[in-house]
Amino acid sequence: MINKDLVIVGGGPAGMAAALSARDAGVRDILLLERDQYLGGILNQCIHTGFGIYHFKELLTGCEYAGRFISLVERSREIDVSLKSFVVRLTNDRVLTFLKPGKMETVRAKALIMATGCRERTREMIHIPGTRPAGVFSAGLAQKLINIEGLLPGKEVVIVGSGDIGLIMARRFTLEGARVKAVIEIQKQSRGLMRNVVQCVHDFDIPLYFSHRISRISGRDRVEKVEAVRVDEQGNDVDGSRFEILCDTILVSVGLIPENELIEMAGAKIDSATNAPLSKELNTTSIPGVFACGNCYRVYDLVDSVTRDAQVCGRMAAEFLAGAR
Amino acid sequence: MRSCDALIIGGGVTGTAIARELSQYRLKVILCEKEEELAFGVSKSNSGIIHPGTQNVPGSLKGRLCVEGNALTKAIARELDVDFKQVGELIVAFSQSEVGRLIRIKEDAQRLGVKGLRMVDNAWLRDHEPNLNPDIPAALFAPSAGIISPYRWVYALALNAQQNGVEIMTRTRVAAIERLSGAGRGGMFLRVMTTSAEYDARFVINCAGLHADAVARMAGIDDFSIRPRKGEEFILDKKREHLTNHLIFPLPTPVSKGVLMIKTSDGNPMIGPSALDTEDKDDLSTTEGGLRTVLADARRLVPSVSERDIIAYFAGLRPVAGDDFIIRHEDRASGMVTVAGIQSPGLTCAPAIAKLVSRLLKEHGLDLRRKIFFRRHRRAMNHLFSIPLSRTARLVRLDPSYGDIVCRCEMVSAREISDAIAEGATTMDGIKFRTRAQAGRCHGSFCTCRLMKILADETGRKVIEVTKRGECSEIVLKDRGDDQ
Amino acid sequence: MKKEMICIECPKGCRMEVYYGDGKTVEVNGNMCPRGREYAASEIEDPRRILTSSVLCEGLDLRMLPVRTDKPIPKQALLQAMERIRKIRVKEPVRAGDVIAQDFFGANLIATRSATRENV
Repeated sequence: MINKDLVIVGGGPAGMAAALSARDAGVRDILLLERDQYLGGILNQCIHTGFGIYHFKELLTGCEYAGRFISLVERSREIDVSLKSFVVRLTNDRVLTFLKPGKMETVRAKALIMATGCRERTREMIHIPGTRPAGVFSAGLAQKLINIEGLLPGKEVVIVGSGDIGLIMARRFTLEGARVKAVIEIQKQSRGLMRNVVQCVHDFDIPLYFSHRISRISGRDRVEKVEAVRVDEQGNDVDGSRFEILCDTILVSVGLIPENELIEMAGAKIDSATNAPLSKELNTTSIPGVFACGNCYRVYDLVDSVTRDAQVCGRMAAEFLAGAR
Repeated sequence: MRSCDALIIGGGVTGTAIARELSQYRLKVILCEKEEELAFGVSKSNSGIIHPGTQNVPGSLKGRLCVEGNALTKAIARELDVDFKQVGELIVAFSQSEVGRLIRIKEDAQRLGVKGLRMVDNAWLRDHEPNLNPDIPAALFAPSAGIISPYRWVYALALNAQQNGVEIMTRTRVAAIERLSGAGRGGMFLRVMTTSAEYDARFVINCAGLHADAVARMAGIDDFSIRPRKGEEFILDKKREHLTNHLIFPLPTPVSKGVLMIKTSDGNPMIGPSALDTEDKDDLSTTEGGLRTVLADARRLVPSVSERDIIAYFAGLRPVAGDDFIIRHEDRASGMVTVAGIQSPGLTCAPAIAKLVSRLLKEHGLDLRRKIFFRRHRRAMNHLFSIPLSRTARLVRLDPSYGDIVCRCEMVSAREISDAIAEGATTMDGIKFRTRAQAGRCHGSFCTCRLMKILADETGRKVIEVTKRGECSEIVLKDRGDDQ
Repeated sequence: MKKEMICIECPKGCRMEVYYGDGKTVEVNGNMCPRGREYAASEIEDPRRILTSSVLCEGLDLRMLPVRTDKPIPKQALLQAMERIRKIRVKEPVRAGDVIAQDFFGANLIATRSATRENV
């Protein structure tokens, strides 16, 4: 068993900002656990611009934004980074067990910050009926396939939902030579930022259908088509408005859910509607000494806001440690 | 031209159970499966319930085979190191008048030989099933009911059969069956043309599931047809693992056992299935109506089931050929053995069906001599999700790749993925069925890339050749590296 | 002439009314900061975008290296620029900010992440 003053789970923007701010507030013994082989989290696949306008007063790509924090973390002797490290158990007395290739370690933390980010809602969560062929992707998976792996998921694409990742992927697919045949949004307006609607959809004349939903997916082995239908104010299908779109690929971009299964395992109270921790004040959980920041605490639109709240969280953990001493 | 004593058509649970049963004898046995992998047909949508033998008509073949199959499954699962949990089932009554029907079900089942049955009352239910609808007055408790992973079961049966010499051919579709004249040349009765090769066989065992009627017709047998009956099932988050402690059944209807609360070997509870007759043997689509029906029926059993708990859903087709199974030697086409209409409780019955088929072969002249060395036992691969952390720690020390977690929702390591591929997985679904990677709440959003790379590496293919479930189901359509 | 426009310079997404004639901007309403006016003018006179993409690596720890233009390039040239990007192969380690291609539609194409030699 290792002892650490502060353990941070997650090496994305939230975890890195929290680690650096805790260090700046005097914490000297920090362990940052990251399950991937690189720090940076989901920012590594965000090759587009739109990051850092508030925090750095510059327009950066996600990779650049992450890169600045990564170099600060790597230069910091107080922060011990463990990559490819996956937490498999957490108890309410802040004892974590994690696996990494060749090793299982247990660490007792005096304070713990969860910075585990979020996951995408899936096709299954919005219950789109029909078959289950290859070619249905979450927008984030498609982003990873194209940007990190250099693999193009499909050539004729329909995007379900107008979340920011979906909009950004509409542009990315178009630039990669695929045809985005529609973005289908059940709400009356976009869920994503307006500037993404403009520069990702309008710029490329991609049809954007508001107040529409996908009512069926067809295709035996690979997606062959979708059926779309208009919905009225009450959310009911409008008679006679059904139409089909031929496509080989469907991207689902219908929102994000905080990832809190670990603290839930430790007994923290979780809001069943949002999957976010129930807490009395910002960045805390129902377990004393266990903090949460970034998208696992609340899903933010901007990474700059994640950084801001993670910095607050780092200082809160430092205060908690000072008080415990 | 290749020849064999028995050619099994269909690599679902029935075909693989027969293959494993026959593999203990000195016979040349070949199994053909049209899909890319085994268990990709009817068996892949199975609920994984090992029924006790209740809810069957006393004189029925399936009733007899179910009771026998329940005991055999327990024994063989132990030999093959497959996780079989005897969780027990409760058939519940919603009113006093239904209690009368329960008592009749109990008497019928006792006549079939089902052991340990007893009626339990509302107080017992409140004690043992706190989430159950509190208005349920009574239930029939069948302790011998159990759960098993249908995939891991089929793969274990097939691998053990293979260890004992059975040849398994996937992606092999039967195109034609020819009856050879007289008693056959060299004792061969039938010639089977497939997309891979031609075989002469003394016996052909038709376990072709939904397509058993088409296969039978190839041999001139046309007195039955398979009507698919669709069932939609909904998988709940593993967080709800302890929603119920037993399998929960309502009283059966004429067409099905009703919508159930199912426990699974993987931990995720399941609700379903619906039951809808259909014409289309490829129709695996789910419907909005299916979700509504199943949710409403499941809530009658356990009111706290929520739509938000659902993380996945699928539809399967039951191969229905009338009320009972059809298992017989076809005297009109000597050597042809039909095993058709194997709907519920087919998974439970499979090992008993296998024994029945081997008796049929013997009756029709096949010499069943036991092998001197029959490998009855096999060790299953390790699954981190089902072992305590102390054992995981030991495994990680033995092989570092047990510590390399690929699928975070279901905690599946790189070693398990490699094991699955070594055991025959060639597709993303094959990996999912064996390991649960991609089967959790994120549906593969986080692990798909890594899985594709491991699968491509270890099967010597390009990443763009990786498929979900075989030809035409490629995951990605283009590689930037192929641009010039 | 009048055109409705949404500013893309920051997440606020100001809705603007832009009056123009002869390819020149005359008046901009609805912008909350001077960048909105600049954006509107450029949309009328010479619309440009920063292009972000990724290029293929050989022998490096990353398979795809993320890149962007260091300043906006003509919007009309985006698809043509992608054609060029697809032909690029990066074979030597790079640092974020290194120029990957010069004279790239009036800008430089720069790396936005570092890549090292592949661990063998």
